[in-house]
Amino acid sequence: MTQTHAPAPAWQEAVFTALKKRGVQQIAYVPDSGHSHVIREAQRDPAIHDVVLTTEEEGVAVVSGAWLGGQRAVLLMQSSGVGNCVNMFSLPQMARFPFLALVTMRGEYAEFNPWQGPMGRTTQQALELMGITVVRADTPEQVEDTVEAALDSVFEAGERVAVLLGQKLIGRKKWERH
Amino acid sequence: MTATDTTPRLERRRFVADLMARIPEDTLVVTGLGSPGYDVFAAGDRPGTFYLWGAMGAAAPLALGLALARPERPVLAVTGDGEHLMGIGALATIGAELPPNLTLVILDNAHFGETGMQPSHTGLGTDLVAVAQGFGIRDAVRIADPARTEDLAARIRARAATTYAQVLIDTDEPPRALPPRDAVANKNSFRATLGLTTF
Repeated sequence: MTQTHAPAPAWQEAVFTALKKRGVQQIAYVPDSGHSHVIREAQRDPAIHDVVLTTEEEGVAVVSGAWLGGQRAVLLMQSSGVGNCVNMFSLPQMARFPFLALVTMRGEYAEFNPWQGPMGRTTQQALELMGITVVRADTPEQVEDTVEAALDSVFEAGERVAVLLGQKLIGRKKWERH
Repeated sequence: MTATDTTPRLERRRFVADLMARIPEDTLVVTGLGSPGYDVFAAGDRPGTFYLWGAMGAAAPLALGLALARPERPVLAVTGDGEHLMGIGALATIGAELPPNLTLVILDNAHFGETGMQPSHTGLGTDLVAVAQGFGIRDAVRIADPARTEDLAARIRARAATTYAQVLIDTDEPPRALPPRDAVANKNSFRATLGLTTF
């Protein structure tokens, strides 16, 4: 199955470059359009296992297992998925696993779907309540450095960090299909 | 609905001890919270075992990440039917990956043992082997005969296909054998057996 894709925004390329540069060997994800470039590149990269999840909480355990076995792994999800993970965040907190989630935000800039609001507005708090440090990138220029810094905190200092990728990065969602 | 199951069921602790004695020493083991952890610990605290005491539903996906990271090692998850069903979607995720070195052993007593032996889904209609096969795990077996333990151990040794074993156990609760609850220490010792630093 071949699909043609519009060129990925530079900030999405920067995310994948950062993951490669820091030696990430597994990504676990529930897809989001903001992660589509990274997912596609990971699927093409024989040095990275891409693990598609049915729910984000599985991914918290997958990336923890990867670390236990000596691989760096990152969890990708949309803000709604953070709520699905809450009890599972006990695992990285209890074992102090290095943990990195890249979270594309919904429920903020130009959100069309009000159902994204409740979880989008509480994403940061939910993460912080479960002991995860939250950083944000809202402009394309901030993404590369923010993600690289997060990777360093996680894998060099053993921290638990979530990078929220603001909805403005993804832009207005087009609802009409042409 | 009351379960009127007359299938013979195994003694959990004897089965687990027998299995653990037959698998290679370098097998990496993950246990789900509750009795499966006690069973594995009672069989002897071996290096390369990670005991969950919470994060219900984590055993299978944790073992998946581990199996992908260490293809040269057998990886075994031992958990209960309740823990497993809470994260049953992970079985679809495993079915999409099928790491050949991964084995899931579900100790199924059809009850929530830790909370007072309330009947659970596997006694009320869920067929775990059919579920596993439906998720794409072809090597899914139901074990109710101790003579099958060696066959399961051989599959673990072989690392030839993701294997799923629903092991029918009785509802007896053997004396608790409590594994370490310090997950940081457990993580560090686990990684040390693989020659890995703390972080």
